[in-house]
Amino acid sequence: MTVHNSLILPLVTFHDVGMVVSLLAIAAGLIWLFIRSLKGMEVDRRIIFLFIFAAVAAPLLFPFTFSEKATPVVKALFNKVESLPPGSHVLLSYDFDPAMAPEVQPMANAFTRHCLEKGHKVIYMCLFATGQGQFEETMRDVIAPEFPDKVDGVDYVNLGYKAGNEGVLNVIVTDFEKMFPTDVNTVPYDSIEVFKGIKSCKDLDLIISIGGGRPGIKEWVLFVGDQADVPIATGVAAVVAPQLYPYYPKQLLGLLGGIKGAAEYESELVRNYPRFKDSPTPGLKMMGPQTLAHMVIMSFIVIGNIIFFTQRRRERKS
Amino acid sequence: MKRQVPLFITFFVGTLLILSVFIPPMENLGENFTLFFDIIAVFAFFLGGGNLLRVHFKKLSKKKRDWQYSIVTICGFFFMLAAGLFKIGNPGDIASSVTAEGSLFQTIYTNMFVPLGSTMYALLGFFVASASYRAFRAKNREATILLIAAFIILLGRTPFGTMLTVWIPDSMSIAQIPNLAIWIMNSFNLAGQRAILIGIGLGVVSMSLRLILGVERTYLGDDSA
Amino acid sequence: MTSLIASDHKYDDGDKIDLAWVPSIDDLPRDGLVTAYKIYRITNDGAPVEIAELTPGANSFRDEDRELDSTYSYYVATMSDGPTVESNRTAPMQTEREWLNLDRKFMFLVALILGGAIIYFIETARRGKKLFVRRIAGLEAVDEAIGRATEMGRPILFIPGIHDMDDVQTLAAITILGRVAGQVAEYETKIRMPVARSLVMTAARETIKAAYQTAGHPDAYSDEMVNYVTDEQFGYVAAVDGIMVREKPATVFLLGAFFAESLILAETGNSIGAIQIAGTARPAQLPFFIAACDFTLIGEELFAASAYLSGEPKQLGSLKGQDVGKMIAMIVILIGVLAVTLGDGWGIQVMADLANTLKMIFSGS
Repeated sequence: MTVHNSLILPLVTFHDVGMVVSLLAIAAGLIWLFIRSLKGMEVDRRIIFLFIFAAVAAPLLFPFTFSEKATPVVKALFNKVESLPPGSHVLLSYDFDPAMAPEVQPMANAFTRHCLEKGHKVIYMCLFATGQGQFEETMRDVIAPEFPDKVDGVDYVNLGYKAGNEGVLNVIVTDFEKMFPTDVNTVPYDSIEVFKGIKSCKDLDLIISIGGGRPGIKEWVLFVGDQADVPIATGVAAVVAPQLYPYYPKQLLGLLGGIKGAAEYESELVRNYPRFKDSPTPGLKMMGPQTLAHMVIMSFIVIGNIIFFTQRRRERKS
Repeated sequence: MKRQVPLFITFFVGTLLILSVFIPPMENLGENFTLFFDIIAVFAFFLGGGNLLRVHFKKLSKKKRDWQYSIVTICGFFFMLAAGLFKIGNPGDIASSVTAEGSLFQTIYTNMFVPLGSTMYALLGFFVASASYRAFRAKNREATILLIAAFIILLGRTPFGTMLTVWIPDSMSIAQIPNLAIWIMNSFNLAGQRAILIGIGLGVVSMSLRLILGVERTYLGDDSA
Repeated sequence: MTSLIASDHKYDDGDKIDLAWVPSIDDLPRDGLVTAYKIYRITNDGAPVEIAELTPGANSFRDEDRELDSTYSYYVATMSDGPTVESNRTAPMQTEREWLNLDRKFMFLVALILGGAIIYFIETARRGKKLFVRRIAGLEAVDEAIGRATEMGRPILFIPGIHDMDDVQTLAAITILGRVAGQVAEYETKIRMPVARSLVMTAARETIKAAYQTAGHPDAYSDEMVNYVTDEQFGYVAAVDGIMVREKPATVFLLGAFFAESLILAETGNSIGAIQIAGTARPAQLPFFIAACDFTLIGEELFAASAYLSGEPKQLGSLKGQDVGKMIAMIVILIGVLAVTLGDGWGIQVMADLANTLKMIFSGS
């Protein structure tokens, strides 16, 4: 006699129980606040903080993920990387710091994965001093474990950080070597194979700036994209994305905004390259906390309005 | 004289940079002046570091309130400086990257700097909630429109937005919440952003001309224009 | 590959040559035979030198840093697994220098009109003509905010953003600081200004010192009013938040270039009950300031603030000139929308041509 596996496995796991209990706790708390709001009682900001903490922590402790479908702005960038012939030169600029990293590092890792898988030559640099440290994260989490056969200097190169903000761009738009005579490991420009046939940004096939601050994508568009006529795309923190829409699609061929953008790119990557099925997808994982946090914020906006109308009615009566 | 020299430099360099946009032989001037600024800014690092140390040593010597924290600042400053300058624990030689994996600098960066920076940034999540709770109230017609738009955008950025309106046929796809959110971003938000950007652009031109012509001198500490 | 053409780059310093060619028929996106294009340069009839190797699909190249008095000739070698095929050699040529970039003639014209209008109104104001400038609530509140701090005996906190002196927003913040410091010196209120850039520290100290001297209280000034904290964004935020919570300033000015820290600073300021006047030209941060602060200077208002606060006719004149620019922008937008709608939508040719002309004028070249 054979016993089906599912019959001997517990029907409900600890993970499910944890998720349901935490969701119920958050919902119950919100209902209590709704009832209080009907009496016109304001909510202390520390209570709001507590709810946000619970809404972010619960999906991290008991993860649940949603499937994502790439929106046209994300799809445009994915298709561009996909359509470039192997050996094309793609520049990834790490224009962010650790604080922005949770939102944009998943994008940087996904771009690296995609470009190296397609056989593109990737040039890394940064306009933020801290970007150099963030590249090491990509090196440790993506390049070393997933692409052990890729050689530094041949398949990719890290130029590191140069102070000077848009001044750096002003120079590399005509001459890379003038600003970067060596890479971070002090290998001279002429000896780096990646730079064969590359004199300036004008010779690149695609530039992707990852970040959201200044210097960042706006400077890339103004000083390089518009001047050198090179396709430029970006991955930025969600808060910056709205102000970049004026540049899409003419000056920016694609745009990833916040965790959602990262999640969409990751899902597209996994869909097209099943070998990345087991690779980390922090973007997709973080959509759970983001979704729940959005729901909690919306609930507080509703509560705030109930309080406002209740108080106004009372004031009118009195 | 103390005011005239900077005013002359501002006028001269400002005019030169404007002309360099239209005169090809002067095109490299902008690039060169940016490099000059960077060289000056590098020296300013010493100025900043020196000031920081002066303030904290003074606090320490006078045992001002919370002087104990100054010890942490001073020790942290010199420790990080030494780790980067002498490339302590760097797997390569002195010429290798300061952030090479395994170096003390990179270890401190990854294990202290990154979590501390992320913690401060994460406060934003909490403050967004408390600010939204206070600000998004339907006090008048404009505030109500803002409230509705915020609601649609928030919902549109989550999978719930898709789930709620998945029943709407594709022929009416504009009514699906994620598409509605994109429509608001691409039309109303875009128009508003562009208007603000045009205003800012003109503001920058006007401000720059005031500075170049010496009409605005407050930044030099001179009130008499 | 065929038809290699070398031409002098238009409107440059005589240092660029453009090359263009028709790619080889074997250069296909998939399974093409071409592996690379190598570009060779012959200077003054000397030996050919390889100057670049381009990936398949390339059909143009710009040779830069050339000299005016040399002659140049080029050829391109198409590389493949089989034999290498060389193109025709271009005729020896020299570069030419242009003294005016005519590609930017429309930009020059717009700059001239705008600059002219600003200078005209500055001169008009100098001659004594009264100019109307609309009321800006945030700036009207500056006096009240400083007065409140004086009454409460608490300090004023001035945050000039996190950028250096090369950002015009920081310059705008420093000019406003000059006005604020003048009043602070008069009322003998305490001002505190932690900064994220050392150059800003030096400039701010000079500005405040001068304001105290003008107000007749040079002894009340101290270098400790302005201190450098750190260049690191969130390290700076932590320090400023700490100052806010410990010293509980009555008034907080957040003026300049702000990024993700805007809401963290503004909400902390709100939690200690300070009157907050904010202003930035970063559109992404404006909603946060509007939500958390009492008054917000939106974009251009930040740049207008110093002129507005000074009340000087000359400075106000520059604001009036700025309005001419706005007027032009509004008229052009209106005509442009009409032209595109009638031209592309309804097929009226004259309007389509008008739309194209406007695009050409305002496309940034």
